[in-house]
Amino acid sequence: MSTLAVHDHGIVHHEEGHEHHHKQTFLNTYVFSQDHKMIAKQFLITGITMAFIGMCLSLLFRIQLAYPDKAFPLLETLLGRFAPGGRLSPDFYMSLVTIHGTIMVFFVLTAGLSGTFANLLIPLQIGARDMASPFVNMLSYWFFLMASLVMVSSFLVQKGPASGGWTIYPPLSALPKAMPGSGEGMTLWLISMVLFIASSLMGGINYISTILNMRTKGMDLWKMPLTIWALFLTAVLGVLAFPVLVAGVVLLIFDRSFGTSFYLSDIVLNGQVQPFEGGSPILFQHLFWFLGHPEVYIIIMPAMGLSSEILAVNSRKPIFGYHAMVYSLIGISVLSFIVWGHHMFVTGMNPFLGGVFMITTLIIAVPSAVKTFNWLATLWRGNIRFTPGMLFAIGMVSFFISGGLTGIFLGNAALDINLHDTYFVVAHFHLVMGSAAIFGMLAGVYHWFPKMFRRMMDERLGYLHFWITFIGAYLVFFPMHFMGLDGVPRRYYAFTEFESMKHWLTVNVFITWAAIMSGVAQVVFIANFIYSIFFGKKATQNPWNANTLEWTTPVEHLHGNWPGEIPTVYRWPYDYSKPGHEEDFIPQTVPYSQTMSSNSVHDFEDNPAGLEEYTKWAVANKVNEQVK
Amino acid sequence: MMAQIQQEDKINLGAKKFGMWIFILTSCMLFAALTSGFIVYNGGHGHGLDVILPQAFKYSTAVIILSSVTLFMASRAAKGLQFAKQRLYLWLTFFLGIAFFAIQIYAWYVLTYKMQVYFVNPNASRSFIYVFSGMHLAHVLAALLVLLSTIRSSYKNIPQVKNLFKMEITSIFWHFLDIVWIYLYVFLLLNQY
Repeated sequence: MSTLAVHDHGIVHHEEGHEHHHKQTFLNTYVFSQDHKMIAKQFLITGITMAFIGMCLSLLFRIQLAYPDKAFPLLETLLGRFAPGGRLSPDFYMSLVTIHGTIMVFFVLTAGLSGTFANLLIPLQIGARDMASPFVNMLSYWFFLMASLVMVSSFLVQKGPASGGWTIYPPLSALPKAMPGSGEGMTLWLISMVLFIASSLMGGINYISTILNMRTKGMDLWKMPLTIWALFLTAVLGVLAFPVLVAGVVLLIFDRSFGTSFYLSDIVLNGQVQPFEGGSPILFQHLFWFLGHPEVYIIIMPAMGLSSEILAVNSRKPIFGYHAMVYSLIGISVLSFIVWGHHMFVTGMNPFLGGVFMITTLIIAVPSAVKTFNWLATLWRGNIRFTPGMLFAIGMVSFFISGGLTGIFLGNAALDINLHDTYFVVAHFHLVMGSAAIFGMLAGVYHWFPKMFRRMMDERLGYLHFWITFIGAYLVFFPMHFMGLDGVPRRYYAFTEFESMKHWLTVNVFITWAAIMSGVAQVVFIANFIYSIFFGKKATQNPWNANTLEWTTPVEHLHGNWPGEIPTVYRWPYDYSKPGHEEDFIPQTVPYSQTMSSNSVHDFEDNPAGLEEYTKWAVANKVNEQVK
Repeated sequence: MMAQIQQEDKINLGAKKFGMWIFILTSCMLFAALTSGFIVYNGGHGHGLDVILPQAFKYSTAVIILSSVTLFMASRAAKGLQFAKQRLYLWLTFFLGIAFFAIQIYAWYVLTYKMQVYFVNPNASRSFIYVFSGMHLAHVLAALLVLLSTIRSSYKNIPQVKNLFKMEITSIFWHFLDIVWIYLYVFLLLNQY
């Protein structure tokens, strides 16, 4: 359906105003836009704002960790009652950790990453005019924005935001009186999360439906770029996993506000026995991690897809093992639903069950390794162009390797029982999920910036941003492995309180300064981002000489993406440096009949008519069939 | 061109219908999660349900099955271009839906006041009865709104393609909720003791 031709674009142009609600106003162009490209930009800018807030929160608690006994009067000026005497209060420290985690996991790396690139790239790369339901797509953004505002607003309530950790385990989260953060802050957290899940589901439903129903002519599943595959499987994971979190959260709300005992049992609060009986906090953990584990793949898979695309484009080589890349994404998606127990090894789980979860967890190493080797093989002997986007994509691979390796440690129940809730875990997921995903996202921003804003980002600032962030992230997270091996628990307020942790204080100072350095680099990025939107170098239609469909659209945005007919797709998106072709890329829209000199028998596997034509041509031109 | 593209968006009904199926999938996951929660809770603590479910649930089951039948008749009428009949069956479905809603609430009343099986209960297995039927009712409420909008548009002279599309969306949703209720009821019956 989406391939219906729009032939008469020349004539109808001046008729645009005839139905007045189609008129372009500020409100329906920039605010309540139903155009997927504008919604992508809205997601991106909201996501970057949330990322900046999340980063500032982390810098605040890093200062506390490095200088637990020092008073910073400035903090009291800024934070008031949350930092009495210039030192963060322990409760507020917990709130910072909680909200930092929540914002980064959900608001930046789920909505900011998937929301931006699924909206931007799905219609553009599969050749569709817009999403299946542009209206629901718009709602998805507005629910996300409301969720973000509610989450940030929890800093304004008297007792501060939620502080039970981003996993909001009961009983802490289920008893409003358990600690200051469990009161109104927790309520706001839950409201925000419900809005967020609604947004996420609406987005996901749209992404899946669009990809499966609205591909242009010739775009079969095996001609889709890996970005689309990744975003598709991400949406599938979201659609399957988020409802389970809804179930968990609904029961939690009943426990909190109605007095049921789903998760609560034998509670004594301030010396008073509470009436709850028979509930099981472990039940919440099951429901939470059934979402929670797929969630980390919801975060990393879009980054994988974006990086795959960027690595291939900038290595000027086809992606190595396209089919293997797709199958490994599918493998990761399937496996992600049967590993949640590895977050719960220390809950008194039956060791046999733990063993099962351990095996499924370790199997994930296989598709992950397939992907890693394929990225490296794509780079191998490529004509690499080190654009900022490319550097970030390589950085993503680097973090995925160094963080992924420790995943194998933690997936082993025997090791995890020692390492659980230590800084080793913090180091692991900040590298493999945090840094890798944010690098994938930044790679995407640099690479598709010209598509979004019609201008290029400044390259030199991009390089500066990359190197400081790359080195900074390693300096921040690598030392944490050693702290974790030494048994230092995460989420502790002041290391000076414990004899066994005191000697790590110097390392904390080092990490904090590395974090501040990386934070400054993000200011460089934001300056570059904002400056380039208005004053960047004007982009050409296909600045990276890429094959995918989005670069066949005009630089100027228009509703419906292509002025005329949607182009037809003839080949896969990775024909880079194909032997026999004069240029080092062949866009997907170029039919094989126009590239006779570079065709090979392999191109006609499921196309006997084409093969016949090609053989005829080859005989006529005396081309050896074995030409490589 | 704008008008053309708008047109194209409207023809896009297949993709939107597919979206409805995915929504059904998310609902499936929700109820699967809730019932697995019940199983985990039940298995872990030995708190059985141990309640004879109120008779009202039987009647509500009959009513919702009947409403599926009337909705099916409405769809058939719509396909046969018998619009008066379509409207009649849609209204019937709507009122049966309201009746289902009312009977469920009545069942809660029986549970609470006659049987002293409260929602706030140290045995959360029993709270689950309310959670299952409550989450289902929330869906039914949404489906009733969809049904109303379909009824409303059946009075307007909309293109038959659109009419059939609306009927299909409504049917997918409604029959699904019918099946979910049967699933939940059977699930509760199997875990009754």
